[in-house]
Amino acid sequence: MPRRAPLPRLPGWLLMPSLAWLGIFFFIPLLLVLVISFAARGTYGGVEWTFSLANYATLLDPLYLTIFVRSLALALGTTAFCLLLGFPLAYYIARAPLRWQGIWLLLVMIPFWTNFLVRTYAWMFILRTEGLMNTVLMNLGLVASPVEILYTDGAILIGLVYGYLPFMVLPLYAALARLDYSLVEAAWDLYASAWNVFWRVILPLTKPGVIAGCILVFIPSLGAFITPDLLGGARTMMLGNLIQHEYLVVRDWPFGSAISFVLMALVLLGMMVYLEVDRGRGDGRRPSVW
Amino acid sequence: MGLNSVEIREVVKYHGTVIAVDHLSLEVRRGEFFSILGPSGSGKTTTLRLLAGFERPDQGEILIEGRSMREVPPNLRPVNLVFQSYALFPHLTVFGNIAFGLEMRRIARAETQSRVHAALGMVKLGSKHDRMPSQLSGGEQQRVALARALVNRPAVVLLDEPLGALDQQLRQEMQVELKAIQEQVGITFIYVTHHQEEALTMSDRVAVMDHGRVLQIGSPQDIYESPVSAFVANFIGLSNLVEGRIASMTDARCTVSVPDLPTILVRRPGGVVEGSQVTVVLRPERLSLARDVHRNGFDNTVPARIDKTIYNGSEMHYLLRLSNSALWKVRVPNSGAEQKRFLNGEAVFVRWNADEGVILSE
Repeated sequence: MPRRAPLPRLPGWLLMPSLAWLGIFFFIPLLLVLVISFAARGTYGGVEWTFSLANYATLLDPLYLTIFVRSLALALGTTAFCLLLGFPLAYYIARAPLRWQGIWLLLVMIPFWTNFLVRTYAWMFILRTEGLMNTVLMNLGLVASPVEILYTDGAILIGLVYGYLPFMVLPLYAALARLDYSLVEAAWDLYASAWNVFWRVILPLTKPGVIAGCILVFIPSLGAFITPDLLGGARTMMLGNLIQHEYLVVRDWPFGSAISFVLMALVLLGMMVYLEVDRGRGDGRRPSVW
Repeated sequence: MGLNSVEIREVVKYHGTVIAVDHLSLEVRRGEFFSILGPSGSGKTTTLRLLAGFERPDQGEILIEGRSMREVPPNLRPVNLVFQSYALFPHLTVFGNIAFGLEMRRIARAETQSRVHAALGMVKLGSKHDRMPSQLSGGEQQRVALARALVNRPAVVLLDEPLGALDQQLRQEMQVELKAIQEQVGITFIYVTHHQEEALTMSDRVAVMDHGRVLQIGSPQDIYESPVSAFVANFIGLSNLVEGRIASMTDARCTVSVPDLPTILVRRPGGVVEGSQVTVVLRPERLSLARDVHRNGFDNTVPARIDKTIYNGSEMHYLLRLSNSALWKVRVPNSGAEQKRFLNGEAVFVRWNADEGVILSE
């Protein structure tokens, strides 16, 4: 592989704008949220400046634990489905003639041109009892009565997979496009079955893309808020909705902050475990995959 | 089972509307070092990929060890390919690369160990089994690629220009070594190259291909000494081609008359008739030059003028202008004695014996 010359160094002050931006609009608010998470709710909303871990203790209530577990399960399910759907698609695109690759990638990205909220409303029309899906299923005689799917966890899963599939396909495509196809042929020539070609050669060599895709899908699905709100209805809540609920409906900012921090800690913990594991196996040259 | 390791019968392969392999038939004997030589686009690599199973013939049939390869996928064929780019698995060590084929066939661990180490010894990489491919030089990677094929003891090893990426010196060393390894293991090698020297030095037999067809199959000596066509004569080594008409014949020789040149005596091939138009091939290194017209026992002497001289170390390359204004190439070993060299514009005589000339059969 050709080695590129390193980029020339830039003077340090060019970093200042981005550091200032991140400091003022990201780091300070985050710190504020952390501080608030140890405070208590005032009688009429607002924040009472005390210090306690009560908010974090409340999270252990089975009511909230259920929401945590459901969010985790839905995010993991979304990631798994995106990977299963995205890998063959990305492989097909990466192996298509160059001109077609551009067209396929464009098709994958076109949904981004429309507002996510609008697209989620469209899913409501598709999934509801008299919706497109049930009309088709019933006309085909596959089901006798409409399937109740809207306002269930299944609907959330469908919406999340739909929404985040491009985030899986793009890094997978990038990894697969770089894969030297003669390695696939070499494995095939060396008696590997199709399964072993995938498992022993394609997957290990595209692992950075797989991991990047999983991270890009898992993190936003864990904190998803529009999709469960519209497709999940009132009965099912995910962490994103819980946070929104605490901040805007209950007006318990300290508890909302505590949930936010636990969510963030969970994601960070997962990342650190992964990086530790990967550093043990990697060649040590790459700082990390993302 | 017959003597043949590989039989290709009337195989046709199209790439889109372009014919890549055109009614190709050839047989490769067991244990043979067989080269397919041709320019890029001649169909030689496609032929190799058809044998490996990456492509399927549109017509015709391929037999390996007497078994039809129709419907047999690459992973079930008794052949292994050494890729031009080596295609070593970058995430596996040298050992892991070589053991890959044995692991896929579920060979016992102990046997895998001993076979991989034997293969590493054969390609002289015994101490590098735990390196990653990126830590090896080009020549070492090439050896790993070869060992990865040999360790499986396939019926046929297919090699796709494996020395193409090496520098000249390493390439020549590897030619000798590759031939020695092939003789040692006794496995049939089918070697694809556009490099005529490689094909001639290593092969038992050579097939010359162009435009998807085989033009000539024979030993290196057959091909070099008795090319059947101008394409083969030009592709294998350098040639001077002389067009003429057979003026008369004896049992052993033909007299060829060439416009504006003295008549030329050539060894008589089978199947020529008096009066027919022929092409005579004269190899540049078989011609000699002299300042005097003395015959000195040469059958042919033709006057010429030196047009260009190139000093190449071991040889002098001369370009000569003849009286019919044709340009001939002549190569003379350098003796070191400077007065024996010829200068630009000098009038000389080109001399050679009748047996050095070959009449093309096409």
